[in-house]
Amino acid sequence: MANFSTILSEWISSQKNRMSILLTLAGIAMFLPLVSSNYGLEVMTNVWFYVMLCLGLNIVVGYAGLLDLGYAAFFAVGAYTTGILTSQFGVNFWLTIPIAVGCSACAGFIIGGPTLRLRSDYLAIVTLGFGEIVRLIARNLEITGGASGLIGIERPSIFGFQLNQIVHFYYVFLILAILACFVSYRLQHSRLGRAWQYVREDEDAAEAMGINRVAVKLYAYVIGAIFGGVAGCFFAVKMTAISPETFMFQQSVLILLGVVLGGMGKIPGVVIGAFALVLFPEVFRDLGSMRMLVFAIVMLIIMLYRPEGIWPAKKS
Amino acid sequence: MSIQDILLQQLANGLILGSFYALVALGYTMVYGIIKLLNFAHGDLYMLGSFVGFVILSILSPYIGNSWAGILCSMVLSMIAVGLFGVLIQRIAYVPMLSAPRLSILITALAVSMVLYNGVMAFTDGQYLAFKTDLGFEGLEFGNVFITYTQMILVGASIILMIVLYLFVHKTLYGKAMRAIAIDQDACRLMGINVNKIIALTFFIGTSLAAAAGIMAGTYYGSIHFFMGFVIGLKAFTAAVIGGIGSIPGAMLGGLLLGLLESFGTQIPFIGTEWKDVFSFGILILLLVFKPTGILGKTEIERM
Amino acid sequence: MALLEVNNLALSFAGLHVIKELEFSVEEGSIASLIGPNGAGKTSVFNCLTGFYRPTAGTIIFNGKSIIHKKPYKITRQGMARTFQNLRLFKSMTVLENVMSGMHCRSSAGPIGAILRTGAQQKEEAEINEFCERCLDFVGLLAVKDRIASNLAYGDQRRVEWARALATQPKLLLLDEPAAGLNHVEKQQLIGLIKRIRDQLGITIFLIEHDMGLVMKVSEKITVIDYGEKIAQGNADEIQNNSKVIEAYLGKEEDEIV
Ligand SMILES: Nc1ncnc2c1ncn2[C@@H]1O[C@H](COP(=O)(O)OP(=O)(O)OP(=O)(O)O)[C@@H](O)[C@H]1O
Ligand SMILES: [Mg+2]
Repeated sequence: MANFSTILSEWISSQKNRMSILLTLAGIAMFLPLVSSNYGLEVMTNVWFYVMLCLGLNIVVGYAGLLDLGYAAFFAVGAYTTGILTSQFGVNFWLTIPIAVGCSACAGFIIGGPTLRLRSDYLAIVTLGFGEIVRLIARNLEITGGASGLIGIERPSIFGFQLNQIVHFYYVFLILAILACFVSYRLQHSRLGRAWQYVREDEDAAEAMGINRVAVKLYAYVIGAIFGGVAGCFFAVKMTAISPETFMFQQSVLILLGVVLGGMGKIPGVVIGAFALVLFPEVFRDLGSMRMLVFAIVMLIIMLYRPEGIWPAKKS
Repeated sequence: MSIQDILLQQLANGLILGSFYALVALGYTMVYGIIKLLNFAHGDLYMLGSFVGFVILSILSPYIGNSWAGILCSMVLSMIAVGLFGVLIQRIAYVPMLSAPRLSILITALAVSMVLYNGVMAFTDGQYLAFKTDLGFEGLEFGNVFITYTQMILVGASIILMIVLYLFVHKTLYGKAMRAIAIDQDACRLMGINVNKIIALTFFIGTSLAAAAGIMAGTYYGSIHFFMGFVIGLKAFTAAVIGGIGSIPGAMLGGLLLGLLESFGTQIPFIGTEWKDVFSFGILILLLVFKPTGILGKTEIERM
Repeated sequence: MALLEVNNLALSFAGLHVIKELEFSVEEGSIASLIGPNGAGKTSVFNCLTGFYRPTAGTIIFNGKSIIHKKPYKITRQGMARTFQNLRLFKSMTVLENVMSGMHCRSSAGPIGAILRTGAQQKEEAEINEFCERCLDFVGLLAVKDRIASNLAYGDQRRVEWARALATQPKLLLLDEPAAGLNHVEKQQLIGLIKRIRDQLGITIFLIEHDMGLVMKVSEKITVIDYGEKIAQGNADEIQNNSKVIEAYLGKEEDEIV
């Protein structure tokens, strides 16, 4: 097993091999709709959707090393912004995206600004509380549709062509997922990405090197929030209905599970985590209510025996 | 009802709520104080306590009935069982993680919490269970306010538990060892204190207090549910932080304070009960931002 | 005016007075030392200077500006760099990446630049790379730049910390016990390195050290503290003959000699 994983990681670490793998995978993803049933497409669309969410949370947890237990809140902010603006104010869907980006970034800023200097366990609790607050607000306000949420959100059109079939959304979410991978990759391999890693490994040493740790963490938090917000916008129009129950604590935990499962901080790992997240319940439908229990046990075992996740660590 | 009556009623509600919070907060604070671990699973152990108590009570009730005797017996048994389970969790999940990065420990604790509530959910099919007791609804009238004996006994019982805990921590050798370990684990080891044993004991006590609160809550509300530990876990953590995390009197104070704040807070016009949780989570966030050391906590400057 | 001037500095933790009314200065372009017995409060002085501890009283003037109660990262940006008594490297990162952390405060590319890989961003990355390699070359570690930092020998890890501090382009470099854990040969190299940093790079050096031979050899000015109080100040000869210092510090060694 260990042998296999070293061979695998060696093979993958060659630049040429990596490029060809990526192209093959992209090709498969592009042509999947030609062969797949609608059910298959539905599942795969969900996968791409979770890839985006998990990559967003990965910026916070994997890159900056901050535990965020209320990530669904940003996803909610995006979904509700689009939902409210399109269904109640008749705003064009595409216009709501920049607004939702602004709103989720603001939400990230408001909650992150004062709390990111807290110790890591306090931060985890604050984010958990924040996630609950956002959900409860959505539940209690009238404009958000209360407990039953918003329904009848209009499907968007592009150049007069309405997106209304699952295959359309398949491609939309595929593009989003690829974009999310690209942005994550670029960020990880940049000055900011390095700063995240310094802060994650030793905050004091990073600070002594002249790195403003709060600012660096805030970047991670806000960028992660934007990922979640954008995913939320498209989620709202795909489902055409949203309700506060979608954004419960369990949703945040599920996204976190995807990040941890594949390997925090590693893009391929997180993508695999998102796949596992969506495919596992589909494959094991018979498990019923035991499903989440099995998930939880898997997560515990991963933390205890392989905290770096499924994806092999980089060697040197 | 006059304004006095309302205030009195809210005082009673707040005290009951607050004593549950305080019992759960104690476990948080004790574990945090001794090994600096935020035990996310603590609220779920409270939930587990009420379920175990429920099972024991339904086994015992044919013999000793569903009244105080039965409840007391099942409470003691459930405290022991869940307390031991808490120690088991500590051994399996937390001991191997103590030298790991903080993030990993937090996620592990979260995973334990998920295992617990999903486990109970799977066994109960996510249903509410009716926690049946024969306690009746007698009580005393104070003006227009009616307070049942059950309510009084529950508050009394939690106060007794807290007094016992206080005496244990401050008057026994074990308690002294606990306080010493919280200050300097390595020095304690050098002094020949069996640190692992004391930590296990701390988990046992903290968890069994949560279990006690769980059964009391079952008795009081009359129904139990796999997710009941989530919100109270968060609230109890808030209570522990209000009092100053790591401080035992702080947790008691914080619990009562939060209970009272909530029950009076929801009487403020425009803040209905649907905003109750938003209100207390809001307090939590503001508190952590502006006074993370709480009322009785001490500031500590991290050594470089 | 001196590069660093400290007046009336005091620090206490919950009633424990760690530093009391401390006064000293470090001249621009000099090599100065801070010595004292274990627990005298030397590292605490460094932590006050670099903003990690909050002094209870006093003034710290660095390069003509007050830096008291400033955040550590701001102080570093103003030109004060430090190493730690216990190694504080970014363990899982490469040597070069470690050193790059020092350049963070001298560069500015943000997330947009990173995502779009703008021309300015790429130019900046190239500059960071080049400067950090020069720092590594200076301390003699260029050959191992792609190794993971924690896999290096202890002495080399110390030098990574130095290169990292140099990469912040400081005016004043604070070294907390640079010779601790080094063997004889490494100590000799260290003396050379300290002098080269001052002479070739023009960086002022202020160091804490227990190795008296090294302190006497490199320092032009020595400040001695005991229980957080200054007990003596002067050049190597003066310190060696100061009765208070001998009593507080070398006293124990004298017993051994006798
Ligand atoms: N964060 C802190 N909280 C409480 N006490 C502290 C803290 N930091 C340092 N001290 C105390 O201050 C005193 C001075 O410590 P410091 O580390 O500055 O000594 P030092 O001179 O560097 O010693 P050494 O030569 O052993 O490195 C010690 O008694 C230490 O216990
Ligand atoms: Mg020291």
